[in-house]
Amino acid sequence: MIEQVGFGLVAGCIVLAALLVARARSAIHGVLWLGVVLAATAVLYVMLQAPFMAGIQLLLYVGGVMTLMILGVMLTRHHQQEDALERKRPWLAGVLSLSLLGMLITAIQKTPEIPASETTPATIKDLSRSLLSEHALSFEVLSLLLLATMIGAIVLLHRDRPSRLTEESP
Amino acid sequence: MTLGLCLILSAALFCIGLYGLLTHRNAIGLLLSLELMANATNINLIAFSRFRGDHIGQVFALFSIALTVAEVVVGLAIVILLHRAYRDARVGRASEFKN
Repeated sequence: MIEQVGFGLVAGCIVLAALLVARARSAIHGVLWLGVVLAATAVLYVMLQAPFMAGIQLLLYVGGVMTLMILGVMLTRHHQQEDALERKRPWLAGVLSLSLLGMLITAIQKTPEIPASETTPATIKDLSRSLLSEHALSFEVLSLLLLATMIGAIVLLHRDRPSRLTEESP
Repeated sequence: MTLGLCLILSAALFCIGLYGLLTHRNAIGLLLSLELMANATNINLIAFSRFRGDHIGQVFALFSIALTVAEVVVGLAIVILLHRAYRDARVGRASEFKN
């Protein structure tokens, strides 16, 4: 019973905040409501017996992505007019996404329900063993991707003023 | 809490993200909507991991989170670049993006 009520609260929180992200008047409001969505998702992860994933969600999304997004909004903002998130064709988009939602829900309700498994939830030990043995190659490729991302971001943002890099070096 | 409810929640989040993606003109708004959709897929992965009693879904979600963070970094770099070039973060202006 308590589980149902908790799930209802968290799900309502997520959907409401997501709607506010999609309809946000200004970019900074959208970013802050996205933070609510991400934090509520972390609570949902705890309810789904994945506490490690909840921690990662809080650290990477709420800590990292949110800070980056707020920084991005602040760096690109000039005056109030540009900050407004303008919309185009809201009715068409609404009909399209609602029909997709209807299709998904009918498909979900047609499939038989899986009862919750009784096995003990995965510990960090299980996760790290799986990550570094079976998925070691994907893990290494991922670290390469993160390196490429870092270099890519630096190259993109420093391309048009390379003089600053050379001037400051001794 | 059943698997079906988790999947419906994730579908709702995905569709809200799609709506935002289709209506926003500002590049930051597009990035926010993409985040919503990525979050919906992560909820799916974790829910299946819980109900199948298999931790592989959580490993997948870890990879997915790392990929999304990388995407946000490059996306924001492009937004800042756009803003430097046009003093405007609306993506429609980028149709003549040169050099």
